Amino acid sequence: MAYTVVGKSVNKVDAIAKVTGKAKYTDDFHERDMLVGKILHSPHAHAIIKSIDVSLARALPGVEAVLTYKDLPRINYATSLPGYVDDGTETECEAECESDRIKFSTAGHPYSLDPGHRDVEDRHILTKKARFVGDDIAAVVATDELIAEKALQLIKVEYEVLEALTSTDAALKEGAPLIHEEHEGNILASGGFAIGDVEEAFKESDYVFEGEYETSIVQHCHMENQTSYAYIDSDGRIVIVTSTQIPQIVRRVVAQSLGLPWGRVRVIKPFVGGGFGNKQDVCIEPLNAAMTIAVGGRPVKIELSREESMVDTRTRHAFKFKIKTGINQDGKLIGIHISAVSNTGAYASHGHSIAGSAGGKFRYLYPTKALKYDPITVYTNLPVAGAMRGYGCPQIFYAFESHLEDIAKRLNMDPIEIRRKNLVEVGYVDPVSKNKITSCGIRECIDKGKALIKWDEKKASYKEQRGNKLRGLGMACFSYASGTYPVALELAGARIVLNQDGSVQLQIGATDTGQGSDTVFGQMVAEVLGLPMEMVHVISTQDTDISPFDTGCYASRQTYVSGMAVEKAALEVKGKILEFAARMTDIPVDKLELVEQRIIYKHSGESVLTLEQVAMQSYYDRVHAKPITSDSSNNARINAIPFGVTFTEVEVDIKTGKIEVLEIYNVHDSGTIVNPLMAEGQVHGGVSMGIGYALSEQLTFDAVTGKAQNNNLLDYKLPTIMDTPDIGVAFVETYEPTGPFGVKSLGEPPTITPAPAIRNAVLDATGVAFNRLPMNPQRVFEGFKKVGLI
Amino acid sequence: MYNITGYYEADTLAEATALLAEKPKLELIAGGTDVLIKMHGKAEDTELFSLRKIKSLEIIRKAEDGTIVIGAMATFARVFKDPIIREMIPILTEAAISMGGPQIRNIATIGGNVCSGATSGDSASSLFALNARLKILNSLGERLVPIQEFYLGPGKVALKPGDILTEIRISPEDYQGFGGHYIKFAMREAMDIATLGVAVTCKLQGNIFDEIRIGLGVAGPTPLRCLEAEEFAKGKDISVETVAEIGKLAVRSTKARTSWRASKEYREHLVEELVQRGLKIALVNAGGAELV
Repeated sequence: MAYTVVGKSVNKVDAIAKVTGKAKYTDDFHERDMLVGKILHSPHAHAIIKSIDVSLARALPGVEAVLTYKDLPRINYATSLPGYVDDGTETECEAECESDRIKFSTAGHPYSLDPGHRDVEDRHILTKKARFVGDDIAAVVATDELIAEKALQLIKVEYEVLEALTSTDAALKEGAPLIHEEHEGNILASGGFAIGDVEEAFKESDYVFEGEYETSIVQHCHMENQTSYAYIDSDGRIVIVTSTQIPQIVRRVVAQSLGLPWGRVRVIKPFVGGGFGNKQDVCIEPLNAAMTIAVGGRPVKIELSREESMVDTRTRHAFKFKIKTGINQDGKLIGIHISAVSNTGAYASHGHSIAGSAGGKFRYLYPTKALKYDPITVYTNLPVAGAMRGYGCPQIFYAFESHLEDIAKRLNMDPIEIRRKNLVEVGYVDPVSKNKITSCGIRECIDKGKALIKWDEKKASYKEQRGNKLRGLGMACFSYASGTYPVALELAGARIVLNQDGSVQLQIGATDTGQGSDTVFGQMVAEVLGLPMEMVHVISTQDTDISPFDTGCYASRQTYVSGMAVEKAALEVKGKILEFAARMTDIPVDKLELVEQRIIYKHSGESVLTLEQVAMQSYYDRVHAKPITSDSSNNARINAIPFGVTFTEVEVDIKTGKIEVLEIYNVHDSGTIVNPLMAEGQVHGGVSMGIGYALSEQLTFDAVTGKAQNNNLLDYKLPTIMDTPDIGVAFVETYEPTGPFGVKSLGEPPTITPAPAIRNAVLDATGVAFNRLPMNPQRVFEGFKKVGLI
Repeated sequence: MYNITGYYEADTLAEATALLAEKPKLELIAGGTDVLIKMHGKAEDTELFSLRKIKSLEIIRKAEDGTIVIGAMATFARVFKDPIIREMIPILTEAAISMGGPQIRNIATIGGNVCSGATSGDSASSLFALNARLKILNSLGERLVPIQEFYLGPGKVALKPGDILTEIRISPEDYQGFGGHYIKFAMREAMDIATLGVAVTCKLQGNIFDEIRIGLGVAGPTPLRCLEAEEFAKGKDISVETVAEIGKLAVRSTKARTSWRASKEYREHLVEELVQRGLKIALVNAGGAELV
């Protein structure tokens, strides 16, 4: 399809605002007499508070409030409203019990009317039982940060320390203490799916292979830490300005956590400095709201430090996989059985959804007669795992693409051929989700990647390598999804107003957190209305009072799902413009077209009116004036499956265990690419995240105490630009018929396959299979030592 | 968040030592890249005393007798760019550029790096291999301390209240005729702390090692020298075998331990391997032929 603006690398609409410092982030807003909120975190991984004495902290001059679980609202919300007068009498339970305090869930999922489909409500704003080192025990509101910090040190807490369960093995052991009373065996949830009879499939297969793979806990490390401020406005409503991907969900969760009517909370999202899924969760806002309530509605700010953000928000679930695969001599996969143990840490957050998503998105790539997926999600006394770019897929594709490589090696088959034999094709309908593959460019992606890295040439030249530095090639494929359908609601909204000069404002509920969605939506509107980009004014701020409803930025959904709402809104405005022009000229509307800010005769291209003339009439015609606007909502009950591949070449220093990525190419089928330059940038970011996942990143914990050892950017080995090779990016542009302008998702996919591709390249170079991430020099040394390479 | 309750500056060293004698509890601050990190988020009252106005402390020069004198307030960027250091003791140039990132190198000072007493200090292994001597001044006078005696333990150095490190001095006999090489082995190529720092210098006589020096960082609680290996090398033929033996012997001087960052076994393996790699390049820099 030929488009004018879609498909062009127009400048990001906020690029100049960002590089000149004009773009305002949460910390750039100030309220008069803003107070500072700080949090006392648990030093123990698993402990019950026996007593807590805040009297010294409360007495410190400049301290406005000190909160513990005892101060949280009870299930009756009236006690938490401003103006509520406490009669001073407390029953023993009111003073000490946690049980009548509200529990809530924090995951950034749309609300479900079906109670069985809701996220697990296992959290209090402040807890009486610490479940990880960093759990929120108490909070202080003070006139400045230093006083708040001093007040935290004056809070005396007596703990009864329990055994810390710092691994899933420990948590699953019989007789292990329960982290949450209501979750037997520390299992949050279990259950996957089964297609066909996998045991039968194994019997039919020529070979059956087994393998075990393990991934690590990593952290998002978005540039902007979690930060928010809250106050109660003149209408008595709680207003929260926060760095979030999901303002509408923050609004709901804050209201739920405090037992307030949802309409009493207003959430505003300014520019956001990255989230990668960590801000698809409600971490600090409920406490922030509780703080402002505690000080009579005065503004209070919470700004997490990097050290806090790395353990007190969310992490990526570590998985352990066992995979059993039946395959025929010719390389055709017959049956696959994947068991997985997912470590969700101390609270559910997104919980079992991550494991579910992993299996669900894997299912599209290699359809087999039989596929069984058995995941369990386990509580441990570690920081809480939640959403993170790829949502379970970097884990499962690392495991399976490693496993498939091992099988290819054992069968002496070309790793690319074994994949080609099994890849999905257009028309395939997934038996579980019923989603249909309506475009598929994975084969072309492989061809492109193979050519870019010069696979055959290099493979031949590395056959006879010797010495201490060995090179190898590897690749890995993935499938993903565009949004969550049919698992969750996919509702999006857009609103357009035509200005007097023919320009428009575009309001969306979808949030741009740096990835560029504002720009691609602007391009879509410009495309439909025939406007230059500078005449499309995209309102970047989302405000739950004002913006159209959209559940937010996650699941790589916005360009596809929210794009549908944007296209719909633009088409409606276009229709209204042409109708208005028809009324003005008495030319039938079907004879008219809108191009380059002119209304023309379709048949001749002759100008009839300028867009500005129509716009002016729509505002000021004494009889017919009616400003042209649209307000669309779209409930997408469909999905589109993107595909892609990573090809990489590595050099391994056998003596030091260092792996260097020499070349890496990600080739994506994401349908139409709306903005090639921005898309390339998104792939760069995702691949670098994948390289860190493969080689260096891991949050580590003391096995006994559960305390994080490296929750800072010196000790947590996030790769720097010096550690990142030039990242090659290519696209195979299929046309996705279900998507606006033929698009499919791209946001998360780049992160999925660098790790298995690098792992497979190391295997190619050295013959050693690393089945545990990250492949850092210490691990690689141990691996080489084990097989006698050192 | 910092709790800085007082801030002092001095224009001259005389003023500085006088003030420090009067207020020995002042926390000396140079570039601040270590001091401020230690203070960050702590509620304790701290009074800082900055040396940044004493410009004479930034100078790098070669004295008449050939001694290279590096002012303690010279930043890593300055050390890296300095032509004298680059020509005479390039292992310090290499160490300087390996440190942090550009912003850190523009503010962090070599004196501060030494005084923070970290075994991982990026200048440490090179200064050990160069037998650096530290000039320390207080209100009563000055003294010269060999760097090996300066590091007492992790974060602990031989500074008494009132002391200011003013100069790092390297004598001509410690660099003239030597070739060297520095390897920073870290998990990242920038913005990282060394897993192991290896500085090797050597002087050759035809086909034999006249003298070698091996300075290691992060191979023990303080930076250290591998004296047994150095002793062994004296007068030995330059060969792959000798270099391998030096690598093995170097491990004996180390006091590596297992931590969550790396195991003892891996650290010792790295010492053996990287000392060899460093020495092979150092001997080429000293005018020797490449060992194959």
